[in-house]
Amino acid sequence: MGADWALRVDHLGRTFGRPGPRAEAIVAASDVSFSVAAGEALGIIGESGSGKTTVLRCIAGDEHSSSGSVWLRALDGGETDLVRLAPSQRRALRIDRLAMVYQDPAQGLRLDVTAGGNIAERLTAAGWRNFGQIRQRAAELLARVEVPLGRMDDLVRTFSGGMRQRVQLAAALALRPPVVLLDEPTTGLDASVAAGVLDLIRDLLEEWGLAAVVVSHDMAVIELLTRRCLVMHQGRVVEAGLTDQLLEDPQHAYTQRLVAAARG
Amino acid sequence: MSLLDELVGEPEPTFAHLDESSKREIRRALLSAVAIPGYQVPFGSREMPVARGWGSGGLQITLAVIGPDDVVKVIDQGDDAGVNAANLRRLVVASTGVTETTDSREATIVQTRHRVPEDPMSPGQVLVLQVPVPEPLRGVERDVRELRRMHAEGDYARMWVSLYEDLVRNGVITRTTGYPCLVGGRYVMATTPIPRWDVPRLHQAEHLSLFGAGREKRVYAVPPHTDVEPLTFTDVPFEVERTEGARCWRCGSAASYLVEIPGRDRWVCSDTDWCGRRIDGR
Repeated sequence: MGADWALRVDHLGRTFGRPGPRAEAIVAASDVSFSVAAGEALGIIGESGSGKTTVLRCIAGDEHSSSGSVWLRALDGGETDLVRLAPSQRRALRIDRLAMVYQDPAQGLRLDVTAGGNIAERLTAAGWRNFGQIRQRAAELLARVEVPLGRMDDLVRTFSGGMRQRVQLAAALALRPPVVLLDEPTTGLDASVAAGVLDLIRDLLEEWGLAAVVVSHDMAVIELLTRRCLVMHQGRVVEAGLTDQLLEDPQHAYTQRLVAAARG
Repeated sequence: MSLLDELVGEPEPTFAHLDESSKREIRRALLSAVAIPGYQVPFGSREMPVARGWGSGGLQITLAVIGPDDVVKVIDQGDDAGVNAANLRRLVVASTGVTETTDSREATIVQTRHRVPEDPMSPGQVLVLQVPVPEPLRGVERDVRELRRMHAEGDYARMWVSLYEDLVRNGVITRTTGYPCLVGGRYVMATTPIPRWDVPRLHQAEHLSLFGAGREKRVYAVPPHTDVEPLTFTDVPFEVERTEGARCWRCGSAASYLVEIPGRDRWVCSDTDWCGRRIDGR
């Protein structure tokens, strides 16, 4: 963790209040800190309910964090805390500086719009107004994620799960945002399709030098995509380190259980 | 005479049908609309003697802004004699006693559905448009809160996507009436119900355009000398409707907005008064 981070998260927390006489807060995430450099992928692993997706949603702005700060190098050179921005400014970041890829493509795409149209939405939001250039860029991106060009003008609704995920990647990365958040990017896919999408993600991260945060409950995904990872349990980071070491020699009791369960 | 009659009595007939406070409320909404070109201002659309969807929005605007010295013209599809236009004009004239005309050059207020008169409008004239669907983004988003957010943030990417998809699917932009325009560089506005042909007449116009949607309870405006730019890709120019070789069979014009007479392979000017004046040499 040097000074060359692209995304930095400090003491991020998210608490859900429980209204009623016996007020009792549910801590979804607490005191999560990390930073990611360009060209680096950081994994967050944990069982469902451990708070890993909440952390991602708080960074992306889909959810309000209760405490902590988030900094993006691409925003004012990392001088501005994202948490303090107005909702409209946070949404603007999602156009070209901070991408999120959801587990369910329906969240990141418009299913009733064509594959090319979904990419065109990002480009026009960034001010592209030349139809020919938009078409060309969309075609390039779809070719890069290996979606057949013949399907560029088909509605995403008619696509298979794996292909939808590829289109979501193309749309999210259309303007090469320096930071990309991946939330269980292959969880809904069957094994062979997931392998193809994982390869694609790894290639794209490398080729474009993106900083990535990958959230998954799946050891194999974390192992393939990341070199460094955090283990979350009940909203807290219980262990952090190099992915291969952590999987070979888990220190925390929870990580040991997690690894043992995965290795069967 | 019953107690009720004594208390309420016959309502005093008011100038321009609406009561004064209703007119004031509509005028206030119109002032907001003029101050923020292209922005849809909500107003308390009244029950009118015409059904909603039959010009009640335009009618309320006309009745709110009209004075005893005004001269009014009402057209439907460019035609002064259309049933709906004639009815609305009679209502306006009967409740105000103003002079009516069919000549757009003499009118101070022109209420219209579907057309802007062929003669250029001059300073001081008011064009009142009856609008069926005031929300330009309705086709791409149904959630009203999301629509408000999109307008507030000037987030029109999805409007561009719908134009993109239209081009991809059809090779040309097929939207005819209600072509989306950026007004004053800020708000995207629906130019319903006018055809593309008339859209350039709103750009940097001399006259004031007021849009009223009675059913949707919205008014909006384009003040004089305001930019009205149709949304177009830089490499796909905005084009108005045109049929090669079509001419009006009455006046011979090829430079006006023509409509086809069904089944007879003939075209005729949509603006009937303009056409008639050309024939009479007025």
